[in-house]
Amino acid sequence: MSTKIPNQKGWLLVLPVVVLVAFNAIIPLMTVINYSVQETFGENVFFFEGVKWFEAVLHSSRFHLALQRQLLFTGIILAIEVPLGVAIALAMPRRGPWVSICLVLVAMPLLIPWNVVGAMWNLLALPDIGLLGRTLNAMGINYNYTRQPFAAWATLIAMDVWHWTSLVVLLAYAGLSAIPDAYYQAAKIDGASSGAVFRYIQLPKMKRVLTIAVLLRFMDSFMIYTEPIVLTGGGPGNATTLLSIDLVKVALGQFDLGPAAAMSLIYFLIVLLLSWIFYTVMTKDEVQ
Amino acid sequence: MARISLTDLRHTYRERARDDADWALKRLDLNWEAGSANALLGPSGCGKTTLLNIISGLLRPTEGTVRFGERDVTALPPDARNIAQVFQFPVVYDTMSVYDNLAFPLRNRGIPQVSVDARVREIAAMLDLEPTLDQRAAGLTADGKQKISLGRGLVRADVNAILFDEPLTVIDPHLKWRLRSKLKELHQRLHTTMIYVTHDQTEALTFADQVVVMNEGMVVQAGTPVELFERPRHTFVGYFIGSPGMNVLPATFEGGVARVFGHAVQTAVPPKAPPPGARLEIGVRPEFVRFSTAGIPVRIARSSDTGRHRIVEAQHENAIIKLLVNEGEPLPGERAFVSFDPKYTQLYADGWIVEGGRP
Repeated sequence: MSTKIPNQKGWLLVLPVVVLVAFNAIIPLMTVINYSVQETFGENVFFFEGVKWFEAVLHSSRFHLALQRQLLFTGIILAIEVPLGVAIALAMPRRGPWVSICLVLVAMPLLIPWNVVGAMWNLLALPDIGLLGRTLNAMGINYNYTRQPFAAWATLIAMDVWHWTSLVVLLAYAGLSAIPDAYYQAAKIDGASSGAVFRYIQLPKMKRVLTIAVLLRFMDSFMIYTEPIVLTGGGPGNATTLLSIDLVKVALGQFDLGPAAAMSLIYFLIVLLLSWIFYTVMTKDEVQ
Repeated sequence: MARISLTDLRHTYRERARDDADWALKRLDLNWEAGSANALLGPSGCGKTTLLNIISGLLRPTEGTVRFGERDVTALPPDARNIAQVFQFPVVYDTMSVYDNLAFPLRNRGIPQVSVDARVREIAAMLDLEPTLDQRAAGLTADGKQKISLGRGLVRADVNAILFDEPLTVIDPHLKWRLRSKLKELHQRLHTTMIYVTHDQTEALTFADQVVVMNEGMVVQAGTPVELFERPRHTFVGYFIGSPGMNVLPATFEGGVARVFGHAVQTAVPPKAPPPGARLEIGVRPEFVRFSTAGIPVRIARSSDTGRHRIVEAQHENAIIKLLVNEGEPLPGERAFVSFDPKYTQLYADGWIVEGGRP
């Protein structure tokens, strides 16, 4: 009945997005892929090397160690920040003037630039002049995060928990606020204990936001760079050299573009894979 | 099961009530017999949900006492009162199966699994939930979920009362009717005291034996559906219940005779003298107005067809008097008169009915 008039002008409307995506994602990624399969000795001369760099990275114990440190770091901070964030969100007032005060206080760490967070904790933890470092040493605890790997890790984790638990709190709080009063009233009438209320009402209703919180915290912590580089610089030794720090050392310190590119891609695939696993596991029994 | 009585009850959501408007519930006394089906009817914001939450114990009244039978429960929390409540939006525990949802209130009370199972299956059968027992509750439709909410109230055999807070709001119209008849059926079978809050007169009048009409935090009238229809104690009840609502016409009262537009009108009972200076009105439902050969002269302004009958708007000067005319009955011509059936005609002073004087 209606005759279609061919009109290709629509492509013009898509063009800006195509250009944007091309410049901020596809072209840089292609450059990295390009580097990852070639060797260069400078002067813009490249030789094709196939998957040599990938093999090298996958077999290097240096990469394995950095990956293990990274997994350990992410595992620890998730295990602390998610339960702690939920606990704080549960403890926060649900209504009244304290709500906004609490929210602002909680959100504060999120507003501080990452390198400032690193610098703050660096100063705070310095054993001779920092408030935290001096106090710990005055209490008889031998604490020096620039020399002791354990102290460096503890400081790093404390910093991340301080900086990012707020994100989990805010998301969990949003999830809690979305639960209608009728649920609590029904639970009261059904004689449910507060444990049961948490288990059967609050946790299920928070599940979606918690999925987002875990994913965000996983990805961000897995790619963390700024704060640890300012705090410990990856040291002492290589004790806190996480994947991103190692990558920067390879790429910019040693200027090994090929291995660094291969490492970036492997890194990227690990993040993608783990995010996918997290997401699939956490949403697997969701009702459609 | 118990008789529920409220005595000298008042409630305000403020720290301290300064004037009359601060009271969400003005002083009221109400009694609901054990095993009765009751409705609380009123427009949004009239205080009916507040009253319901006071009965269930979610709210503690500012003043007055709540008794279940002889027991004073005013200070008791909801779980100690042994009542069930069905909310406007269905509340189900998403992660549990339908079975576990129904078993939840029993398990919380430490009842042995054998009795839990028997009771859950019995209630599921009553509510036609049997085929879905093993499904996740979250996957059910709104009416299915509302049945679960109701079921969680019914499983407790010793429940004192079941309270409904506009339970059909989110249910599709064609299912509303089914769920409503289900409720009625359940009440006849179990004889649990039920209190049903709604702003929908059809729901209230079809469900309840006793209807309490509320407005602005006050109980305006409590009575059977027939009483509310035939003898509204307040003009508010007159036009809130009935479709179309009652005609309320300005009136005068002199020498024992009530007049509307100068025409003498007989009322159901000869009224005693109303308080001086009060605003007087005559109330009569459209069902009880007739065209006649004498009475108030009117001109027919409009007629609309509802199927069973026509609603005719007859105009006298600037006032409209509505009346119902059966389908197929001819309308009079230009010059017509209307008269009221004295049995169902009442005099109101400042909105409240004027009771009969001594005979």
